[in-house]
Amino acid sequence: MNTRHHRRPGGPGDPGGPGGLEEALASLATDAPPALLDRVAARRVRVPGPLEDVHVAFTGHGVAFLRAGMDERAFTAAFRERFARPLLPADRPPAGLEPALRTGRAGALRLDLRGLSAFEAAVLAATATIPRGQTRPYAWVARQAGSPGAVRAAGSALGRNPVPLLIPCHRVTRSDGTIGQYVFGAGAKERLLRAEDVDLDALAALARRGVHYLGSDTTGVYCHPTCADARRITPAHRHGFRSPAAAEAAGYRPCLRCRPGLATPA
Amino acid sequence: MTVTDQTLPAPAPGAGAQTGAETGQDGDGCGDPAAAAVVAALRGDLDEGFAALYEAYRGTVFSTALRLSGRWAEAEDLSAEAFLRAYRALCGYGPERLAVLRPRAWLLTILANHWRNTLRAAARRPRPGPLEEAPDPPDPAEGVEAAAARHETGRELAALLAELGPAQRAAVVLRHVADLPVAEIAEILDVPAGTVKSHISRGLARLRALTTDHDALRAAATGTGRSGGRADSTKGGTP
Repeated sequence: MNTRHHRRPGGPGDPGGPGGLEEALASLATDAPPALLDRVAARRVRVPGPLEDVHVAFTGHGVAFLRAGMDERAFTAAFRERFARPLLPADRPPAGLEPALRTGRAGALRLDLRGLSAFEAAVLAATATIPRGQTRPYAWVARQAGSPGAVRAAGSALGRNPVPLLIPCHRVTRSDGTIGQYVFGAGAKERLLRAEDVDLDALAALARRGVHYLGSDTTGVYCHPTCADARRITPAHRHGFRSPAAAEAAGYRPCLRCRPGLATPA
Repeated sequence: MTVTDQTLPAPAPGAGAQTGAETGQDGDGCGDPAAAAVVAALRGDLDEGFAALYEAYRGTVFSTALRLSGRWAEAEDLSAEAFLRAYRALCGYGPERLAVLRPRAWLLTILANHWRNTLRAAARRPRPGPLEEAPDPPDPAEGVEAAAARHETGRELAALLAELGPAQRAAVVLRHVADLPVAEIAEILDVPAGTVKSHISRGLARLRALTTDHDALRAAATGTGRSGGRADSTKGGTP
């Protein structure tokens, strides 16, 4: 049993007097600052998005985790498994999250990507630049991340993407024309790309003919097939290439927007 | 070494008979009225339970961290780390372990151990500048005069706590700032209850001596009550 102090409300106490020191010490108790909890715990919110049941976790630094097709319990467990931090409900989603999911453009939305390796961060940064409605091969991502030889590792890093949709890893596809794997399954990846008006059938048809790049003989520029510039080339002036090397051997230069170029200018 | 102490202000009834039995199982949750609800919440759902744990003990943990470290920013670091470590430990606790958990003592043990580790680490590095004035948030129910007076006293006393050695400071802060029973402090600091009481009484005696010195110094230095030069007198107060 404990004899508790009677704390005088507002009483400063007299540290010199008998018993006053204890009261003065008791008045040193204080509440925690409101921001303390947010240094420990992340917040979660369920938001509408292009997939079912999108749950998002965020910290004071930005959005840290997004998963689709899970209930709240499974999401919390997945977050705990990965981050080992408490996850508490939020009053409202962070500013900019819902527009980012609606438009497929994350824009200025803040992301909390602490805890990723430098390579993972570079892969995600490269992926974040792929515009809505376009796709890039895994090899492109590896090259843009500064490790052209690490194509498989880039695929693994994308598989660990903590914030799919916001960093559009669904826009990274295999160079053989198939769409490849996805954290929420290949079916979800295909639905997302079709919803962004990516013509997957045309891409597959090109790939079957061995065409992975398109060039225009009026501009002398070659592109990834989904690049906005490539889609403007009229059929009469469009030429297909198997590789950047083949396009450049034919006298074409790489597009400055979709950057299909060779790893290093030899 | 345990010293029998006659000057403890309000020894808990029966605490004196508890020589050597520092586990503090009192049957009433060891003076911790929130314990049962927190444990029940933790057994239901880890994250909701953590929220309950935080609500129940955030003030105790932060106050203890603030008065142990003497610095607001350091207190935030210590408290955040203690709560995070607590959560990570809870992730591995099964229902049996949770059932016997006494959350306040457990949480403050994590905090105290972490604080001692940072002290050890800090001893190898230079001190990061002078003690910070803890910006105690104002209490709206308190008048300006009273708040100012409390702030003056609090600031001085908080600075004087730093003059105590770690063991005495920890015992005094846990007993008189966090308001914990001696048995629980003994468990947190992992020393016998008699040692805790000795640390508390010696710590209080030292604080009394320091405050007397301060009052004398301040009266000599300023004469007209509180005005400029107080920061100097605080620093010059070491006997």
